[in-house]
Amino acid sequence: MADTMQFDLVSPERRLASMQVTVVQIPGADGDMAAMPDHAPTITTLRPGVLRVDGPEGTAEYVVTGGFAEISANGVSVLAERAVPKGDMTQAHLDEMMEEAKTTYQTAKDGFQNEPGPVDEAAKLLSDMVAMGDEIGLSSKQPSL
Amino acid sequence: MPNLKDLKNRIASVKSTRKITKAMQMVAAAKLRRAQEAAEQSRPYTERFNAVMSRLAASVGGSDSAPKLLSGTGSDKVHLLVVMTAERGLCGGFNANIAKLAKAHARRLISEGKEVKILTVGKKGRDSIRRDFAKNLVGHVDLSDVKRLGYVDAQGIAKDILGRFDAGEYDIATIFYSKFVNVVSQIPTAQQIIPASFDAEEGANEATTLFDYEPSEEAILADLLPRGVATAIFSALLENAASEQGARMSAMDNATRNAGEMIEDLTIEYNRSRQAVITNELIEIISGAEAL
Repeated sequence: MADTMQFDLVSPERRLASMQVTVVQIPGADGDMAAMPDHAPTITTLRPGVLRVDGPEGTAEYVVTGGFAEISANGVSVLAERAVPKGDMTQAHLDEMMEEAKTTYQTAKDGFQNEPGPVDEAAKLLSDMVAMGDEIGLSSKQPSL
Repeated sequence: MPNLKDLKNRIASVKSTRKITKAMQMVAAAKLRRAQEAAEQSRPYTERFNAVMSRLAASVGGSDSAPKLLSGTGSDKVHLLVVMTAERGLCGGFNANIAKLAKAHARRLISEGKEVKILTVGKKGRDSIRRDFAKNLVGHVDLSDVKRLGYVDAQGIAKDILGRFDAGEYDIATIFYSKFVNVVSQIPTAQQIIPASFDAEEGANEATTLFDYEPSEEAILADLLPRGVATAIFSALLENAASEQGARMSAMDNATRNAGEMIEDLTIEYNRSRQAVITNELIEIISGAEAL
């Protein structure tokens, strides 16, 4: 069994990482999962969270929002709409993302008054954001839902 | 014969024009390189995204529960044309070509009895389209303040387009932009983005690996389709940016060359007139001396 696999992290604007890794922790929409070499082929959507990769070259962490991960036996590719190395993440970044999530929630609430679906989704997005902010140690200014 | 002073002024003015066009050409060349790099950077994302989408679309697409963004609204009465052009002129036929293609498309749809709505991105296209289709314009996206194209810009446009789709304002959306081939050739292109069409063949080829889907295929597809619109728009914007700079570069190259030729012609004319004036003066002096 191979010890390492190919890991790619791409955002629409650039390729953030491409390296050999041993394990990737993915914040999946249905819960976190860790992928190691020879994982069953899986495609999962992402929730806002922290993506952690471990490899021979060390550990790297990225804050990702929106997108999906494609896991196959010999590699993982993560396509994130927005991805920032955790070290580069600032309060301003988070505030911006929070603001966006809040607006989405508000428009969903105003737009779909009798359909809980989109509203719940937006609320989940927002709470995911808050959880992510706590995890990376930035204040997420807990919004009142 | 124009007098010497006038000629001299003309030469000076053409020379400074040449300097300006030369500078614009060099600026365009630098910007083109950056635009090409940006397009290059976004390619891995777009390619993988489309690969996964076509696979998903191939497996879910046929069913009745397929999302509207993929299967369409079931009618094709109202078309939305998204015309993407530059914010600036002086780039040869770039803006005109895109506008021409969009106009031809709009005319054909109208003659088929369809309703046409036009959303413009970029000032130049709007100016040109407003002349013929003022009543069809439904909106305009201004990118003139954007220094460096980002995915957020594409997301903004996509949000606008999707909002209109959800509101039932149109059935089919097509984007118009210019595909960058090389510096001298940019092809105006029309691409349908709603309902989305993916290369089914590609999907069939990849279907050999069986994937697990989390949450479910339908949920993933519903999540990804709106992102697909943004991705398509983003890559179109990048192609457009590269095309614009390429077109400007070759236009300015031509202008610089024309200015050079003009300077040569004017210089020859100037020298001839100068010669003629000197000869005249000599004749006057000699004949004056002879008369004494």
